[in-house]
Amino acid sequence: MTLSRHLTVLRTILRRPGGAIAGAWLACVVLAALFAPLLTPYAYDAQVLKEAFQPSSASHLLGTDEFGRDLLTRLIYGARTSLSVSSISILISVVCGMTLGAAAGYFGGSFDRMVTTVVDLSWSFPEILIALMLVAIIGPGTSGTMAAIAVAYLAQFARLTRAQIMTLKSETFIEAAQSLGASHGHILFRHLVPNALAPVLVSAMLATGDAIILEATLGFFGLGAQPPLPSWGSMMSSGSALLFKAPWIIIFPGLAVAVTVVAINLFGDALIAALDIKDQVRRGK
Amino acid sequence: MTPLLRLTDVCVDIGRKRLLDGIGLTLDRGQVLGLVGESGSGKSLTALAIAGLLPLIGGKVTGGAIHFDGMDLTAIGEARLRSLRGKRFGFVMQNPMTALDAVQRIGEQIDIVSRLHLGLSAQAARLRTLDLMAQLRIAEPSAVAEAYPHQLSGGMKQRIVIAMALAGDPELIIADEPTTALDVTVQAQIIQILTRLSRDRGLALLLITHDMGVVAQVCDRVAVLYAGRIAEERAVEPIFEAPSHPYTAALIGCIPRDGMAPGSLHGIPGAVPVSGRYPSGCRFNPRCTHAADLCRQERPALRALPSGGSVACHFAKAETS
Repeated sequence: MTLSRHLTVLRTILRRPGGAIAGAWLACVVLAALFAPLLTPYAYDAQVLKEAFQPSSASHLLGTDEFGRDLLTRLIYGARTSLSVSSISILISVVCGMTLGAAAGYFGGSFDRMVTTVVDLSWSFPEILIALMLVAIIGPGTSGTMAAIAVAYLAQFARLTRAQIMTLKSETFIEAAQSLGASHGHILFRHLVPNALAPVLVSAMLATGDAIILEATLGFFGLGAQPPLPSWGSMMSSGSALLFKAPWIIIFPGLAVAVTVVAINLFGDALIAALDIKDQVRRGK
Repeated sequence: MTPLLRLTDVCVDIGRKRLLDGIGLTLDRGQVLGLVGESGSGKSLTALAIAGLLPLIGGKVTGGAIHFDGMDLTAIGEARLRSLRGKRFGFVMQNPMTALDAVQRIGEQIDIVSRLHLGLSAQAARLRTLDLMAQLRIAEPSAVAEAYPHQLSGGMKQRIVIAMALAGDPELIIADEPTTALDVTVQAQIIQILTRLSRDRGLALLLITHDMGVVAQVCDRVAVLYAGRIAEERAVEPIFEAPSHPYTAALIGCIPRDGMAPGSLHGIPGAVPVSGRYPSGCRFNPRCTHAADLCRQERPALRALPSGGSVACHFAKAETS
């Protein structure tokens, strides 16, 4: 796509009120996560026990937690964990899922049957089950969570890509490329995958929202990022025991997850509308 | 000297149906061979068979041989075939609207053919691409090379497809109804460009068409296909002066001419029989005005004509062999 086309798409997204608000929120969260150390005077693991359980004030905008750590600081650093874990795991998932799905759709035959069977089988389990099982095998922590989320969403991208490739490969331009001597690799990676990319990218965008929830869930169970590194899930987990004593400890990370996921979904919907690919995104589901 | 392309007794099956039955053709460098017939007569199948692309539609060559420059294309295997496609023979598809990749720039799509087959660098390939586009009378080649397919008209796209077919410097171009999907106004242009370029470069051109008018203008020889068999194969001038096969005569009768009285233009009654339900004997007999009992019982063999070429009709004045 050319730069002007990118700009047109972006403008179309931002013209929708949902898309504009969602885009603004996501930009804020991403920037906050990137520049976390510049935004806050506190360290995320600095414990000041005598300042524990403080409600919001001028020095601690969102209050402090049970160890007297600044909640806003932990929320911003938590955004770092949540966003990086979910986006990296979705990236891995997209690359692996697309490769599998594209190869299965293009070559067909017994390889396709094998991939389809495994993918359909994993599709029949909820993502959280697959992720929990994998974390149990790999062990808790950031990299374990990433691997678990990547595998949990693999089926979705493999299916979507396969469906795209199946419809594209009987197009005349593929036949034309073959008639001029193009190899399988060239047809697959230069013609089929670029043409199949748009719906997969949008679906990846929406899956990132789901992945944030999944990461928070694993964090809530204590399987995600290990203390003292904050993640939205683990913050909610420690706050849940103190729901009546210091409700802000659970409310703010909860809000962060909710608003960010809603924003990603709104932005994704606007992106689907701007790219005009509603039917293609549905096809893989 | 052996011809560049020679098909002998080629049979093609899809499933259990025999769709091409004993096709024989020869084509030499610098020649334009027209392959004509109604829809369903097997023209495109013949083209796919030559390019080895029949597996795409589930077909298979089950008999005969396709010799290209001494090699039997039916026996050399997919890997060797792929190295020949685009390099030794180019293919121009029927519908240029869908023959280009929508998300790649025009220039890149032509470049890649000469980079792949001639081993050119990116810059050299682009220069060659621009040169080819200029030869195809594309205005502002460098601007068009940066465009995407949706920005071009149908006639322009077909020129791009022709440029892709020429980019690997092939000796044979197979053009499968290259103008069917285009406006009448650009059809003549495209045919002209295609035949002029192939004559200038000494290429062999296999032009598949159902337009006898086009054949009369640009072809050297013509092969008439009916229901998967060759009806007649001759040089263009004698075939238009005195067609030997009633089907050829009927096809020529379908061309509108100057000074025709209104209502005197006739079609051929009936339709091409569906494969698997071919009539016995000569396959044209139900639609033929000269059909006799012999035609319904016995398949006419392809016989050499005294004036050159061959015909498959019991009643043609041919040499008896």
